[in-house]
Amino acid sequence: MKSRKLTIPYIFWMLVFTMIPIVIIGFSAFNDGKGNFTLEPFQKAFFYSGVFLKSLLIALISTAICLVLAYPLAYILTRMKQSSQKTVTMLLMIPMWMNFLLRIYAWVILLQKNGPLDLALSLLGIHGTYIGNTAAVVVGMVYEYLPFMVLPIYTVMSKIDPGLIEAARDLGSNNAAVLGKVIFPLSIPGVISGITMVFVPSASTFLVSQYLGGTDDIMIGDVIDNIFWTDQNTGAAISLLMMVLIFVFLVLMNLFGDEEAIA
Amino acid sequence: MKKILSILLCAVIVCSSAALLTGCGGDTVGKNGEVNVYSWGDYFANGQDDLKDTIKEFEKETLIKVNLTTYETNEEMYNKLKSSNDNYDIVIPSEYMISKLIREKMLLEINYDNIPNYKNINKRFKNLSCDPDGKYTVCYSWGVTAMVYDKTKVKEKPSDWNALWDKNLKGDILMINNSRDAMAIAMQILGINPGEKFTKADIDKASAKLKEQKPLLKKYVMDQVFTEMESSQAAIAPYYAGDIAMMMEENEDLDYVLPKDGSNLFYDAFCIPKSSKNKDNAESFINFMHKPETAAENCKYLRYGCPNDEAIKLLPDDIKKSELTVPSEDYLNKCYTFADVSDDIYAYMQEQFVKIKAE
Repeated sequence: MKSRKLTIPYIFWMLVFTMIPIVIIGFSAFNDGKGNFTLEPFQKAFFYSGVFLKSLLIALISTAICLVLAYPLAYILTRMKQSSQKTVTMLLMIPMWMNFLLRIYAWVILLQKNGPLDLALSLLGIHGTYIGNTAAVVVGMVYEYLPFMVLPIYTVMSKIDPGLIEAARDLGSNNAAVLGKVIFPLSIPGVISGITMVFVPSASTFLVSQYLGGTDDIMIGDVIDNIFWTDQNTGAAISLLMMVLIFVFLVLMNLFGDEEAIA
Repeated sequence: MKKILSILLCAVIVCSSAALLTGCGGDTVGKNGEVNVYSWGDYFANGQDDLKDTIKEFEKETLIKVNLTTYETNEEMYNKLKSSNDNYDIVIPSEYMISKLIREKMLLEINYDNIPNYKNINKRFKNLSCDPDGKYTVCYSWGVTAMVYDKTKVKEKPSDWNALWDKNLKGDILMINNSRDAMAIAMQILGINPGEKFTKADIDKASAKLKEQKPLLKKYVMDQVFTEMESSQAAIAPYYAGDIAMMMEENEDLDYVLPKDGSNLFYDAFCIPKSSKNKDNAESFINFMHKPETAAENCKYLRYGCPNDEAIKLLPDDIKKSELTVPSEDYLNKCYTFADVSDDIYAYMQEQFVKIKAE
């Protein structure tokens, strides 16, 4: 009974700040602005399917790169001395104490014309533009979200019982086999929550593409923001589609792994 | 011990931020009530650059506390006024939004007897086209849209908007990221007057023109235009004249053009929304902001046009003579003010612009 009472504030919170807004979004997505039921917002939303796909693609690529970078890092981390582990996790966290926009802005300065990268490469005789394209957006996303991939994987990996690894070695496994047959399967929950934590925000953000992208790198978040000025219904329809897509993605991810991994 | 220390440290951080939030403000400010001002961000001189902090000055003089909140777009302000229960005493919308607010009966009539400084306002900025009877508005600032360009990249001084479609500058052109201004520029090139009622067909024509421009662009920008131009990342961009004056102070390679056939004249005006609970305080705020000294400080800070004739006399010569802050009467006569379009047309324009960007 006591525990029931304790949950009341949380239920209230979920109701007011999660359920009701979703219902409102659902309501205005199927609405013509005057209270009549219509599917027109979805028809209009269909026009933006190209942007939709591009956003998902950018998010997928960024997530994949994050995973490739983060997994070995997390593995190396778990094998360090306790004290160095703390220092390295700290170093990973420090950039996150800074404002999101400032960090993106730092990338703008790094990549811009006559910026440090441009100057360094010009000395080697290489000339080009490094900002205003999709690659720059991906670089920004990876930088922004890498810690969200490293930390969950590291947490799960550091909880793996060293006894299991010893046992595998005693039974004749080499390093590769230990990694492939023991560590990797046990770290999957961390990988899954890492992917979720990187994919979901990177699919819906727009600041990164606004600052680092060119005219073709508009993301769905940007479209939602712009269309909401005058047409809440289409904006709501796009948001709803986005939510459904992410939900499907999470369910699919969940099929591969543990139930607890769904964040 | 360590744990206690860390808890203490946390407590210090939390308390000090709480103190920051509550600790400011003198003791007597607020004695005469408050005024809730809902304004564009960075819209009043704030004590930097050797200028006065005009809001603090108002508080000191009248002992009315100012609660300032800010918005980034007229639409954001409109949606907030329409849907939230917050009470605002002053908003500073642009002309087309004022028309909409008047149409929807969301404004209170201003009692001009409480605003003696209204006499300082230039005739051109009284009885604005959005408020022809002069009942709801006191103009705060105005300006024209112009072009800023980098002399090292654009060899010949451009004369009109066509420079933004110049194929030789491919990848170096910035375009304004705002449906109204972008469409108005395209319409002017096509010979459609954005100052008169236009149709969806006109918008389609303008959209086609903007689509043609997209491959030549580096980016669609609003505030980012400052850093782009100031750090010589782009060649040319349309923007608001007052802001161009600021950019030119930061980078001496920059110069400006007022398009020879005229441009968009826009203005923002103080209005009092229906939800206001401190109407008298709102009026004294408006009156204070139009004291010549205060208006001059704000103008020096903003570099936008100042409708207050007495204030212009107090400006230093370099600002007074700058065409960007004070364009000539002749030029202003060539300019148009954006038409009061219906919600339907406006939504269509916004949708078409998003589509251009999304394609």
